[in-house]
Amino acid sequence: MNHDPFSWGRPSDETYGTYNNTIASASPFPKMNTQQPIITGTSVISMKYNNGVIIAADNLGAYGSLLRFNDVERLIPVGKRTIVGVSGDVSDMQHIEQILSDLEIENNYDNSYADDEETLKPSYIFEYLSTLMYQRRSKMNPLWNAIIVAGVEDDKPFLKYVNLLGVTYSSPTLATGFGAHLAIPLLRRVIDREEDIESTNLELAEKTILESMKVLYYRDAHSSRKFSLAIIDKEQGLVFKKGLQVENMSWKFAKDIKGYGTQKV
Amino acid sequence: MSTEYDNSVAHTPIEHRFNPYSDNGGTILGIAGKDFVVLAGDTRHTTDYSINSRYEPKVFHIGDNLLISANGFSADGTALVKRVQNSLKWYHFDNNDKTMTVKTMARNVQHLLYGKRFFPYYVHTILGGLDSEGRGAIYSFDPVGSYEREQCRAGGAAASLIMPFLDNQVNFKNQYQPDSNGKVKRPIESLSLEETIKLVRDAFTSATERHIHVGDGLEILIATKDGVKTEFYELKRD
Repeated sequence: MNHDPFSWGRPSDETYGTYNNTIASASPFPKMNTQQPIITGTSVISMKYNNGVIIAADNLGAYGSLLRFNDVERLIPVGKRTIVGVSGDVSDMQHIEQILSDLEIENNYDNSYADDEETLKPSYIFEYLSTLMYQRRSKMNPLWNAIIVAGVEDDKPFLKYVNLLGVTYSSPTLATGFGAHLAIPLLRRVIDREEDIESTNLELAEKTILESMKVLYYRDAHSSRKFSLAIIDKEQGLVFKKGLQVENMSWKFAKDIKGYGTQKV
Repeated sequence: MSTEYDNSVAHTPIEHRFNPYSDNGGTILGIAGKDFVVLAGDTRHTTDYSINSRYEPKVFHIGDNLLISANGFSADGTALVKRVQNSLKWYHFDNNDKTMTVKTMARNVQHLLYGKRFFPYYVHTILGGLDSEGRGAIYSFDPVGSYEREQCRAGGAAASLIMPFLDNQVNFKNQYQPDSNGKVKRPIESLSLEETIKLVRDAFTSATERHIHVGDGLEILIATKDGVKTEFYELKRD
């Protein structure tokens, strides 16, 4: 008898021959799901301010270390008061884009009221996406993305994060990927706690985001100069700025950096 | 496939498996009193060395004076709490709005957890409420649903730091009567609410000092026969 537990419970090859894969049209390979992203988008960064939220992402689609596509839009508007910012696998992002557009069309078709009374709110879109992401991870077939949903709901800024594991959280400043390490400290210099949102206006918020995009372009090898920025303001509504560029770059500060740059020598 | 019984080289494809779990830090703590129960948790949310959020509450009042928190992998934690809330809603619908006891909910939570025995919710769950005699009750669960009723329980990242402190300060472990030469144990007496809050705050400030995944804020939910109160205290943010 074969004492290997791995062979227990199987019809023995000596008696029955080797397993015939064509039975039940079984694949000779294990089931294959996404185990790694292919074309990727880097960080999405975002922050709240007194009248809404601001979110930015560059336009690069990278194939490993090859800067493959230069005109990828990673900020998806849904309805009039929501932006979905996606990083990670671009084909999965495009699949999500499709789902969100279907969702919006279906909702508009069912909406019998005027004046957007039943339009999708940021929290609805977020709930849908976070459920989708968690379902897919539970099927061991994840959508390889980190997503930030930004918007204005009931005149208050809305900002929430979900990733390929279905992990969700909310904070006055949010960033995905490299931005979580590089941009978040810069954003938290402006908004450290909940109370700081009230004292931050659009001008300051936009300046901070622009500065963070510059630092990311300096230090993140997988980033591009060209980026998009969206503002959802409770008075102005959705302001979408496409084809922006990182400006006023200068390495003059570099000569003053000593050690890790934290100590004053 | 090579096992300890077989060292033949097999020609199966090498599979790179997607890891469906992560650790989101944080810690929770429940203490039962004579006529109250507290369930507390810090509000920091992390992955690896990053602080994702400084305020992401994880202790919930789900109705019927029941408090619950599932700490560990936060996606599973929120999914579990959502299913608990849903099951309570159905219980009300099916039983003419009957109030669910904490004992009943505990058995219910066991079934929700064990139902995913072979793809577990990666969480340490603590349930709090008042029992049929009005005394505080804490039930704690492992990821696959094993549970027991206890006086107190710490869960999550800093559980190993807090639990021995609780053994000593709540159940008076290793405490003896003065002048008894270490022979007579200090009798167990239940704590007042004020003393309990002090213990909880001390436990969390100390855990914050020694554990990097604990900090930012402390949210304490207190259930008494008059309902649920929430208290918030700042913790160190470093």
